[in-house]
Amino acid sequence: MPKSRHLLFVLALLAAVSPAVAGTPRSVFVMAKALDDLVSLDPAEVFEFSGMEINANLYQRLFRANPDDPANPVGEIVESWQVSHDGRVFTFTLRDDLTFPGDRSIEAADAVFSLRRGVTLNKAPSFILTQLGLTAASVQDRIRALDARRFVLGLDRAYAPSLVLNVLSAGIASVVDREAVAGRKSDWLRSHAAGSGPFTLKRWQPGEYLLLDANPEYSGGKPALKRVVLRDIREPSTQRLLLETGDIDAARNLGPDQIAALAKDENIRVLTVPRARLFYMALNQRHPLLGRPEVRRALRQLVDYEAIAATLLAGRASAHQSFLPKGFFAALEERPFAYRPAQAKALLAEAGLADGFSVGMDVRSDPVMMLVAQAIQASMAEAGVAVEILPGTGKQVLTRYRARRHEIFIGQWGPDYLDPHTNASTFARNPDNSDDARERTLAWRNGWEIPEITALAEQAVLERDTARRAKIYGELQRRIQADSPFIVLFQENELIALTAGVKGFTAGLTSDQTLYHGISK
Amino acid sequence: MASVSKRRLAAAAQQFAGVAFTLFGLLVVTFIIGRVIPIDPVLAVVGDRASPETYAAAKVAMGLDRSLAIQFGLYLQGIFSGDFGTSVVTTRPVVDDIVRYFPATMELATVAIMIGIALGVPAGVLAASRRGRWPDHLVRVVSLLGYSTPAFWLAMIVLLVFYANLGWAAGPGRIDVYYEDIVAPVTGLLLFDAALDGEWAILGNALSHLALPALVLGSFSVAYIARMTRSLMVEQLGQEYVLAARAKGMSEARVVWRHALANAAVPLVTVVALSYGALLEGSVLTETVFAWPGLGSYMTNSLLNADMNAVLGSTLVIGVVFLGLNLIADLLYTLLDPRVS
Repeated sequence: MPKSRHLLFVLALLAAVSPAVAGTPRSVFVMAKALDDLVSLDPAEVFEFSGMEINANLYQRLFRANPDDPANPVGEIVESWQVSHDGRVFTFTLRDDLTFPGDRSIEAADAVFSLRRGVTLNKAPSFILTQLGLTAASVQDRIRALDARRFVLGLDRAYAPSLVLNVLSAGIASVVDREAVAGRKSDWLRSHAAGSGPFTLKRWQPGEYLLLDANPEYSGGKPALKRVVLRDIREPSTQRLLLETGDIDAARNLGPDQIAALAKDENIRVLTVPRARLFYMALNQRHPLLGRPEVRRALRQLVDYEAIAATLLAGRASAHQSFLPKGFFAALEERPFAYRPAQAKALLAEAGLADGFSVGMDVRSDPVMMLVAQAIQASMAEAGVAVEILPGTGKQVLTRYRARRHEIFIGQWGPDYLDPHTNASTFARNPDNSDDARERTLAWRNGWEIPEITALAEQAVLERDTARRAKIYGELQRRIQADSPFIVLFQENELIALTAGVKGFTAGLTSDQTLYHGISK
Repeated sequence: MASVSKRRLAAAAQQFAGVAFTLFGLLVVTFIIGRVIPIDPVLAVVGDRASPETYAAAKVAMGLDRSLAIQFGLYLQGIFSGDFGTSVVTTRPVVDDIVRYFPATMELATVAIMIGIALGVPAGVLAASRRGRWPDHLVRVVSLLGYSTPAFWLAMIVLLVFYANLGWAAGPGRIDVYYEDIVAPVTGLLLFDAALDGEWAILGNALSHLALPALVLGSFSVAYIARMTRSLMVEQLGQEYVLAARAKGMSEARVVWRHALANAAVPLVTVVALSYGALLEGSVLTETVFAWPGLGSYMTNSLLNADMNAVLGSTLVIGVVFLGLNLIADLLYTLLDPRVS
């Protein structure tokens, strides 16, 4: 080959490998997100943040959570409903203008199929439905279609209607096209979708990307975008570079440093979205010292809530001290505790621990949790409490916590649906504190025996008067705030970085309120 | 004649038994580690909030209610029928995952090792032949730097300079997402598949994405291969046959490149094979920064989620790769060195 040809070949190769033009197509929204928690897309199984968010865009649910009035969810597939006099039978009528892609009408039989499936498959979120007394044996009888548009849901007790409707706004109440899954294996929906939401699933390649295509027949109007691409990018610095270069339109996992750096970039906009996820500390009551009331009260005053939120977390969380997150029905926003080492020392002296004590703290070794744990370690040391941080992977730490082998646990908790019972059922209930208990709530994990508080939480579930129900949750929160194994620290904010041209990105308290339908560029 | 073939047969059988024993040992150790790590694998499947019934059902479905010996026996039985189980994280058969992720790592590692050989061997030879002079010092310093620079840091810098600032190469990922699903996967190696399909734009895009991670990984290979080549060449250049060649009036270039390098090549093959093996293991940090969907990030994520089927399957593949590379190195010995038979 002559030399000039060599040169031409090299030049052609260089031209071929030149980078793609920065910027994404107008009708495509590309978002970088760590999808390492995405293990299934089946509404009867999804229980992780990424999966819940994606499913909310693939499926319509019987109800939709109502952020403006959390006690009153709004019907999405349901048009109207009636409750029997004894409060145990709900009759739902579906809208008649809804279809699955392909133009088949959504019928009551689809809703019945989906709810029964949620119970009988017995996957992680099934408890959301079974807590209403539904069992695999009883669903055939209790969930029945009356005709093409109406179905009934029979419960074992007269639960608060707002609880029932909020349960039916959870992901497990997504309506699946029963004909699309007929004849397929039960795990088909783990990697496929059969919903009527604004998007359809084009393809999911685990570890790489997920493609959603607009559903032109969506009842809420055809999405402005033709496609949404979720790229599984785990490294925050990489997300930042991609965003700055214009190769993605949104970055979902940036750290405080990256957000601070991007604040100066006029092509980037950062949305701060309050989430319902709480950061909290839990003190194992079976530990001889942590079980003492003075110690519990002292440790509450050894955390610098405001400083950690403002400086270390830099916008990623706000100080919050009750088990219902701000934005929830009946949430308590009082924050009685602050960093008061002198008072804490006095309380420890009362407990006979004037010289302090040593204690281990299990923490997931991600950068944010470690930062918080180290700050608490430093502030507790002021009163002589020597905290040994025990880092581990998320699953490792959780394994110890679930086995009640921790001393102090620091972690996060997110609600499963928008009713206060979702958190009350675990922070304020412990029906059986024995090692082989059936229900292993957070109170159980911390060995906290609370028959009276448990009874109060049960009472709230059955209280049909909204104002009285709010009062009970107020009391539960105050009691747990004042003295319990739980020290609620912060409520999370999600920081979402978008390129300046992106409009209509909607996100709310829970991950399933992140909706792509209104996005345009 | 008969005794020679018998001996060969016995040697082959011995080698086969060695390979089988190594793989079995690897499986036993990985299996036991997977069962003793303080992570509950059922949690990865059912999540933190599942009811006790759901938890118990998942435990039975995963076979974790049985004794360790039975679990291992069932696992072995599965392997022999080509079933490595299903991954918890990706929900797909582990075999399918490996078929998807391993070629991505292989493509990256192969280009990286080519860079390593192309730059590392000449640099090592140059350093040895100019021993004690500035080319030697330069190669040693550069090798040391290459060896000691953290992969994570180098990857970020390279991305920042060549992707974000200069725009010479494409960014993280194996290919632009708009090109996904266009090329039919024949070998799983995107460069090959795109060329086979005649999709030149996709080939260019894939090359552009491959350039930076291959450069980062390659720089570590360059450092290792250059250092090893240098020391092997220093040893060869001190041999009497080199003195004899020089005495005969042979040109220095011929002495170094034809005679000394030919003799250093035999142990160098092992160096390259081991280096290639290490790259094929999947370079977790490089894969993470470049969002490269390879075996390294697959294994890491699986391990963090106690997804033991995926970890065992990947470990077995890596074990087979190492054994295969050793075998290839042995074969190359016989080609490069006539004394080895």
